Amino acid sequence: MREGLTWTVYDADALTLAEVYGEVLCQLGERYLNIVGLSADLAKSTKISKFGDKFPERFFNVGIAEQNMFGIAAGLAKSGLIPFVSTMAAFISMRAAEQVRTDICYQNLNVKIIATHAGTAFGQAGSTHHCTEDLAIMRSFANMTVVVPADGIETGNVVAASVEHPGPVYIRIGRGFEPTFYENADYGFQIGKSVEVKEGADITLICCGITVRQAVEAAKLLQEQDGLSVRVLNMHTIKPLDEDAVLRAIEETRRIITFEDHNIYCGLGSAVADVIAASGKGCAFSKVGIPDCYSLVGYPEDLYSHYKLDTDGIIEKAREVMGKEFEEDEDWEDEI
Amino acid sequence: MPITDQEIKELEEKAHQVRKDIIDITGWAGGAHVGGALSVVEILVILYFKYLNIEPNNPELENRDRVVLSKGHAGVCHAAILARKGYFDFELLREFNHFKSSFGMHLDSLKVKGVDVSTGSLGHGLPISVGLALGARVQKKSWLTYCVLGDGECNEGSNWEAAMSAHHFKVTNMVTFVDRNKLMIDGPTEEIMGLEPFADKWKAFGWLVREINGHSFQEIAEAIEYARSENSAPVMIIANTVKGKGVDFMENEVKWHYGGLDTDLIEKAKQSIDRMYKG
Repeated sequence: MREGLTWTVYDADALTLAEVYGEVLCQLGERYLNIVGLSADLAKSTKISKFGDKFPERFFNVGIAEQNMFGIAAGLAKSGLIPFVSTMAAFISMRAAEQVRTDICYQNLNVKIIATHAGTAFGQAGSTHHCTEDLAIMRSFANMTVVVPADGIETGNVVAASVEHPGPVYIRIGRGFEPTFYENADYGFQIGKSVEVKEGADITLICCGITVRQAVEAAKLLQEQDGLSVRVLNMHTIKPLDEDAVLRAIEETRRIITFEDHNIYCGLGSAVADVIAASGKGCAFSKVGIPDCYSLVGYPEDLYSHYKLDTDGIIEKAREVMGKEFEEDEDWEDEI
Repeated sequence: MPITDQEIKELEEKAHQVRKDIIDITGWAGGAHVGGALSVVEILVILYFKYLNIEPNNPELENRDRVVLSKGHAGVCHAAILARKGYFDFELLREFNHFKSSFGMHLDSLKVKGVDVSTGSLGHGLPISVGLALGARVQKKSWLTYCVLGDGECNEGSNWEAAMSAHHFKVTNMVTFVDRNKLMIDGPTEEIMGLEPFADKWKAFGWLVREINGHSFQEIAEAIEYARSENSAPVMIIANTVKGKGVDFMENEVKWHYGGLDTDLIEKAKQSIDRMYKG
């Protein structure tokens, strides 16, 4: 599917996460003449302007009108095109929630949404521009696929994969300045299939987005300092969730923590908790993210530290969960 | 191509049939948005029986004209017309609103043949229509998009976002109507949330406006011909109509926005409709 794409040669350190997807979209636009782009006066901030500059006749900047933008996207999709729509997560998932749900998801339309500035990535802007609710909202829409890539490389992979993934896809990224995690794109990315980025047997850290890189760093330090064998899963697809990977983590490590730049209600943590609860197995578990509050103002790195989503926070939470008690019983049948 | 007297006569016969169908379906459904279904009859009848390039036996025909019934609550009228046009058996409509029926009061494009877009939530149809029209332009297709709005739904801000964008993007491969029946659920539009000066609002957004009698096939045809030939700006056809048109006890009555009909009322409604067409 990605044959002919050369974006992996881009120096990911020089390109921000958002810029990588802009380049990928341009290359896809050359191969898929039915791709169109839309933004709502955030073409430059979201980097979809790269596509717009290259294909002006296939790009629509609708101004600051997100509801109209998603209605137009639905119409474009109904006419046989594949719209890629990019603006800030808060204005997609809340201002235009009904258009995304009723115009796009209800009709199972082929609209790909790239939601930027998600979570607390635009920390300085305050809660109006934070978006710690979008995973909860988007995963509740039937037909919607929800993906949170770990970095710019993975964003490129998701954008490329989404073209041939039928139906609506919500791709959630940060502001674009986040450091990269992957060195190249060839690690077998597949929508709906998590990536075990570090093996481990004592505890599993299930992560998405910016927390993947932090968790791998934390896992190395926990090995060195505590002698712990820590598994890290990049659970990039929140819906459909890779339930098999969660079940394996329950059975093989029996301790799980989720880390997400989202509130702890109905995001990654809740999706994982559903699987754990239904499994009938005993498992020490904790969800880490933004608690039931409007997130503080600050630079993202300070917020990640405050909400225990950086390396130090992840180490602290892992140690807590290692001390948690649960029914230690090797005979699984007893627990069902 | 102007409309002929013979065409008008045939369209009147279709409209007569569709009005009685609406009454039947409302009875089978246990209730429907009967008032707004009766006001939009002529607009939808002339589209489906004169203007649309469609093939009912090939509902996905690539180059077909598209219809977006933004006032999706008029689904009973739309369903009756689609059945009479041959998209599906009229008898299927006996299941309207029933458990597991394909036909709910707001038609689902994935379940009902001939429905291009699922509507029902107000303020969605015009943005989607702009998208369809732009989609035709991007792909260099000649098909047209026809959008039918309700007047009450013009309270929704999304319509005005779409109005702005249709003008900005110079969308002229789209024909848009407002069924201006002047009533909404809670009362007259001008009492609940005033729309007037309605035509001036559209003009201020850069649209060309025609105001017509929305029950006159002659006037609707002239307006459609004008809209199809106009390439300088989007065209809005404000179709002045009567809510509940044809049923004397429903006409201009707020309470008949939505209602159910027992056998007695069905009979009275049909008699009233027959009188309208005799006169």
